[in-house]
This record gives sequence, C-alpha cells and structure tokens, in this order.
Amino acid sequence: MRPATTNVKTLKIDGRDLSGRQEETILEVARQNGIFIPRLCEMEGLTDVGACRMCLVEIKGQNRLLPACVTAVEEGMEVTTDSERLQNYRRMILELLFTERNHVCSVCVSNGHCEMQMLAQRLGITHVHFPYRYPKEEVDASHDRFVIDHNRCILCTRCVRVCDEIEGAHTWDITGRGIDAQVITDLNEPWGSSETCTGCGKCVHVCPTGALFEKGRSVAEMLKRRQFLPYLTMMREENE
Amino acid sequence: MAKLLPFRPRIAVGMGTCGTGNGSEGVYHAFADAIDKRGLDIHLARVGCFGFCAQEPLVNVWLPGRPLVILHRVQSQHVDEILDDVMMGNIPTALALCKIEEWDHITAQVKYGTGYANIPSWRDIPFFKGQKKIVLRNCGLINPDDVEEYIAVGGYQSLYNVLIDNRPDVVIEQIKAAKLRGRGGAGFSTGQKWDFLRKAVAEKKFIICNADEGDPGAYMNRNEIESDPHSLLEGMLIAGFLTGATMGIIYVRAEYPLAVHRLERAIEQAKEYGLLGEDILGRGFNFNIELVEGAGAFVCGEETALINSLEGFAGRPRPRPPFPAQKGLWGFPTNINNVETWYNVAPIIARGPAWFTETGSAKSPGTKVFSLVGKVHNTGLVEMPLGTPLKTFVYDIGEGGVGGRAIKSVQTGGPSGGCIPHEMFDTPVDYESLAQLGSIMGSGGMVVMDEDNCMVDVARYFIEFTNSESCGKCVPCRVGLDKSLRILNRITSGAGRMQHMETLEELSRYIRDSSLCGLGQSAPNPVVSTLKSFAEEYRAHIEDHKCPAGVCGVQPVGETA
Repeated sequence: MRPATTNVKTLKIDGRDLSGRQEETILEVARQNGIFIPRLCEMEGLTDVGACRMCLVEIKGQNRLLPACVTAVEEGMEVTTDSERLQNYRRMILELLFTERNHVCSVCVSNGHCEMQMLAQRLGITHVHFPYRYPKEEVDASHDRFVIDHNRCILCTRCVRVCDEIEGAHTWDITGRGIDAQVITDLNEPWGSSETCTGCGKCVHVCPTGALFEKGRSVAEMLKRRQFLPYLTMMREENE
Repeated sequence: MAKLLPFRPRIAVGMGTCGTGNGSEGVYHAFADAIDKRGLDIHLARVGCFGFCAQEPLVNVWLPGRPLVILHRVQSQHVDEILDDVMMGNIPTALALCKIEEWDHITAQVKYGTGYANIPSWRDIPFFKGQKKIVLRNCGLINPDDVEEYIAVGGYQSLYNVLIDNRPDVVIEQIKAAKLRGRGGAGFSTGQKWDFLRKAVAEKKFIICNADEGDPGAYMNRNEIESDPHSLLEGMLIAGFLTGATMGIIYVRAEYPLAVHRLERAIEQAKEYGLLGEDILGRGFNFNIELVEGAGAFVCGEETALINSLEGFAGRPRPRPPFPAQKGLWGFPTNINNVETWYNVAPIIARGPAWFTETGSAKSPGTKVFSLVGKVHNTGLVEMPLGTPLKTFVYDIGEGGVGGRAIKSVQTGGPSGGCIPHEMFDTPVDYESLAQLGSIMGSGGMVVMDEDNCMVDVARYFIEFTNSESCGKCVPCRVGLDKSLRILNRITSGAGRMQHMETLEELSRYIRDSSLCGLGQSAPNPVVSTLKSFAEEYRAHIEDHKCPAGVCGVQPVGETA
C-alpha cells in the first residue's frame, strides 16, 4: 500500500500505465505522455473552462463522459481517449461549429494553420450533414493593428481569458447568451475605441481560428505564435 | 393563537399571486371597507394560497367553535351577503367549497370546531383527497406576514429544540434516516449533503436556498414562499446551525415580487423576535440570511451558474467537479438546496424520521408538491406522497380532461422533462421511475395535454425555450439545440423529411451526453420522449403534411383540409 500522504496518482490511459500529480488533469498527463486528445478551448497557461467538449473522454465505471481538461487524475482511473462514440461526438461538435457561423477556409487568413481545420482533417470530416445557418456577422477592423471577424469565432473564450488572466486588461468578454453569444471589447464598443486594450496582441495569437488576426495578412498568411504563453507563465511562477 | 382562533369571527382572504390575479385584492378591500362602514366585530386577515387555483379567489370564514369553511370564487359583490350571513352566525352555503374541522400543522394541531353537516369536509373533495400536506402545512391558513401566527402553529419550535439539544451530529443522522432527497429534481440525499458541509473545514461556509424557479407553468416555490416564508427561514436556520455555516443566502427570482416582499418582511420580523441574527434564541448561535434577486436567467437555477451569478458574473455554469460542497461561493464550501427541501426540515425534526418515512415510497419518502396545470379539470398545487401513480393525479385529483376530452400525455419536470404517454399512467411518480421513462421529477411541474395538443409542437415549444435559455458556453447545448429547433420548425411547417427523425435522435443523444450542465443534459428529453411515444404524429406531419391535432400550420399538399 502506498502511504496516504502521496500526491502521485497512477492511472491507465488507453491501456497504458501512467502516473501524474494529484492536481494534474487527464489532459495534462496525456499530453506529457504523447497521447493526443483533441481540444479547442483549452490552452496551456490559461484556466480551463470545459466549454468546447472536444476533450470528452470515457472513464471506466462512470456513465458520464468527462472533459479531460478539467478532470483531475485519480488513483486507479481507467481512461479511454478514443472510441467510436467519442469520435462520433467529436465530429458532431466540429460539424456544429462549422455550420454555426461562416467558416470558409478557402478565403480565411488562417487556412492551413487553423486548429479547427486541423482537427477536422484529423477526424476525417469531408462534409457536414446539418444545414448551414449563414448568420450575418460583423467584422470589426477599427483597431490599428488587429481585426476581429465574428464569422470565424467559435466562442472558445481563449481571448477573454488571456486578456484577463495574463495581460490583466479584461478588454474581452462575452455578451448575449445561447446561439446569440458574442465576444465583445469593453462594453460592446468598437475595438479601436477600447480604452482598456493595451494592443499586446495576445488574444490574436491564442485564437484557434482566423477570428482574430493581424492587419495586412492575406489568405493563409496568419501564423499564430503561441510559445509566449507557457514561457510567460513559467517566468511568473519562478518570480513568485 | 388569539389571532388564528379569535373570540370573534375571522375572515381570511387568500392573497398569493394566484389569488390576487383572480381579484382577491379587490375582495379584501371590499371586506375591509364593508366591515369598517358597518362597524362589525370581525377579524380580517390576509393568508397565502390553499392550492386550488381553479377555484380562486378563496376566502376562509371561521366562526368560533365551528369548522373553518373555505369559500370559493368569491367576488366583491358577494361581500355584503357573506358579512350578513356571518353576523347572523351562518355560513353562505352557496359559496362554500369545503370545511376543515381540525388541521394538522405537523408542528402543532389546530381544532377549529364541528358542525355544518351539509358542507363536505375538505378530505372529501376530489382535489384534496389523498393529498398530504407536509410542505404546504401552513399555506392558506396562516398570515404569512405575521410571525406570531407561524409561532402559534408550532413554528420555530424545531429550531428551538435543535439549539437546546445541541447535538448536530445526531440531527444530521436523523435527516439522513428520513431519507430526505433534494426537491429541486436531482434527488440527492439532503442529510449527506449537509454532512459534507459540516465536515468541510473552512473559514466560511455558505448555505443557499435556490428559489430561482423558472419552469414555465410551475409555481410551487412561489406559493410556498408567499404563503409561509418563515418555514423556509426555519429550515435554513436549522441547517445553518447543524452544518456550521456562517451565512445563508436566498436566491429568488426577481419576477416574484410578492415572494420577495414577504421574505423581506419575514426576515425583518425574525430578527425582531431574536430568531435571526446574533445570539439566536439566547443560545449563542449567530446566523444571518440575505436575500438576492436573480436577473431572470433560467440557467441560474443550475447551482454553479447560480453561484456565478451571486458572485456578480454572468450566469454561466462551471464544470463540476469541484462540487459546491468542495468549492462553492467565493471558493468556500457551499450547500445549495431547493425551496421545498427546506420546508421538510422542521417537520422531520418535530415528528422524527420514522414518521417521515411512513409516507411515500421506500426509496423516496415524504411528499412532493406538484403544479398540476394544462388540460385538466382541476388545476392547482397538489402535495402528494411520492410514488403515487400518475393516473391518480390526472383522474382523481384533476378529475380528468377539460370538457371530457381524452388526455394524451403528461409532461413532468418542466421544460426539460419528458412527455409520458397515456399507456404509462400507472407509473409511480418518483425520481427513479420518471428517469426510467426518459423524464425527470424536476422541481414538480406537471403539464397535462389532451387530444388538442400536438406533441411535435409541444417538443418544438420546449426546445425553443431551452434554446433561448441556453447560456451558450458549451457547443452541444448552444449549437445543438439551435439545430434541433430548426429541424422541428421544418417538421411543424410541413417541410420535414423522414431522415429528420433520425437526425433529431442522434442530436439529442449527443446533446444529452456531452453538454456541460444539467440544462443541456436534460433539454432533449421532450424530443426523445415524443419521438418514442408519438412517432406517428411526427410521421403525419412529415409524410401526410397533416397535424393530427390541428395545431401546426403545416402546408397541406394536394388536399385541402
């Protein structure tokens, strides 16, 4: 028997015997061990919200599917990260997201570098079997350097979190609810006239799709640089 | 007691929101004016609602030594006639609905008197037959704005005993032994929940009353608070003492102005009487209860969204775990119970767990208040033992369909409950049986539908509701419900395809399994249950372009109806 004070948990993910610290999530342990679990809203360095539901996994003995990004590892847990049901549900999420707004890859600045597009390719999505909604969404190009194109937003709220938690500006937030939810700057003012925005561009680089991009980038030119986030978090932790 | 049973006649007008909606405000003022003008020696009081909504406004008349008589459908023009009768020592028999000779307030008994052989006892009225009023023990009989009347019927006695005994462990074991389960719908053991909070070690601990009743057609909690606010305070005070909570919060819908008003008054009075605040009942126990009004989002009835709302954030749910008992309001251990759960606390302590488990089924003892509404003859609030078959509600209490029309289905549990078809009306109404049928207990809504209701339209209506109330945080609920609604709209407008039925089923399964919170997880129930039990109605819309109930404006193709 292990002493009760231990904070190391041993578990099985996809049949492999692994271990993690008790505060770690299934997703973190899987990532450290090279096991791929798809996700769209989770990002290393930001708090997890469990919103996109891409990372749902099956846990033996549990009826419910649980999001790997917010579920802490437990002793003796047996996790399945890939099954036919999970694949179906993940495809369903992507299909719903693709039909929710106007995601047209061929004219998108992030074509070829988009996280959603990459997941869709990986899961073998060639078409959707729900009708498109074609909502009229706005493009706000009032900021000097950046643009938000709501047509490509999937409401992952990474921009909201990075702005609040890392930059400390809290320029972004969500307004409305349900299908009408939107990310907004300040109190739903044009980004360009936002008084809180520091122009740091972190939101642009954490955005998984082409919803946030730098001005002057044409189709497929918007490469996002994410390395700053783990680095910043690490440096801050060291300073504390 | 002198107020409840004075030495002169007492007339009490039922003035819940349901009563005032039917004109009881006018009736009350007519009584007040007439009594004043004629200089009569009559005690006039406002009470809450006795539950029989179809017969509102209700007025109770009591003459010393005689039974309490409930008059129904009283209008202002009846006032003079009633007063004439009362002054002669008579009862206006034409308006009499029933009489109450004695009443079990659980925490006390009141004997009104005997007589009036020609007026039926309340027990013999079909609507009340079989009802067991534990939660609603005081509703419609005492003045909700007067703490003295509550105390007269044994109110705050349980709190006093708990404080005097000072053995919280024992009392929590009693609540566990009574097998009281959460009346908000999930049915988790209340005693266990309290035990979690008691054992949690933290600087602060909170208990919250969830009074954000948002289901369309459900008003159990509203009536409970409007008619008997002190029972709620007593339940919370007891739990506060047992669990070592430092503060209580009541999260109530802003759309319930009368409930808010009565609670404010009750809190004020309880403080005045030393029942709330510092050094309660002189036992050194400090506890405060605060009232917070919700901003009108249905999802805030979900406990983590409610906590977010209390903290000043948008009402969007958080993933669980961590559960509120571990990390709740402001990060402190928190216990949340529905209004009705709190109402069961004082009776269990007064009479003991063995008495409580006598009622109801083995797994779910006690009673549950349901709002019986829709196409049924008698509508109103009914409190029945758990495990009562559904048909008893519809045919005995409700006395069948309006105008003798055939009843098709009952939807339980609010907008995310399933529709139970007529063939299944033998089902006992308890947590497990309803879940097996793809429905839920919910907070106790019960909507009866007859042959004039289109089940596809019913499903469409409820998806429209949950879709507009979805917070939009997680993809399955936000986009999935929108897709379901669009498909249902197509079917009801006559543009449906047969494969839509399959797509709806697939979508529903997915929304249920992968949504973040209870709203999404249960939202597809109306679709799934109607697809299962009323598939022929879907087919009629899709293949024949006909709505069998004549509700939907399907475009007739080839044939004019």
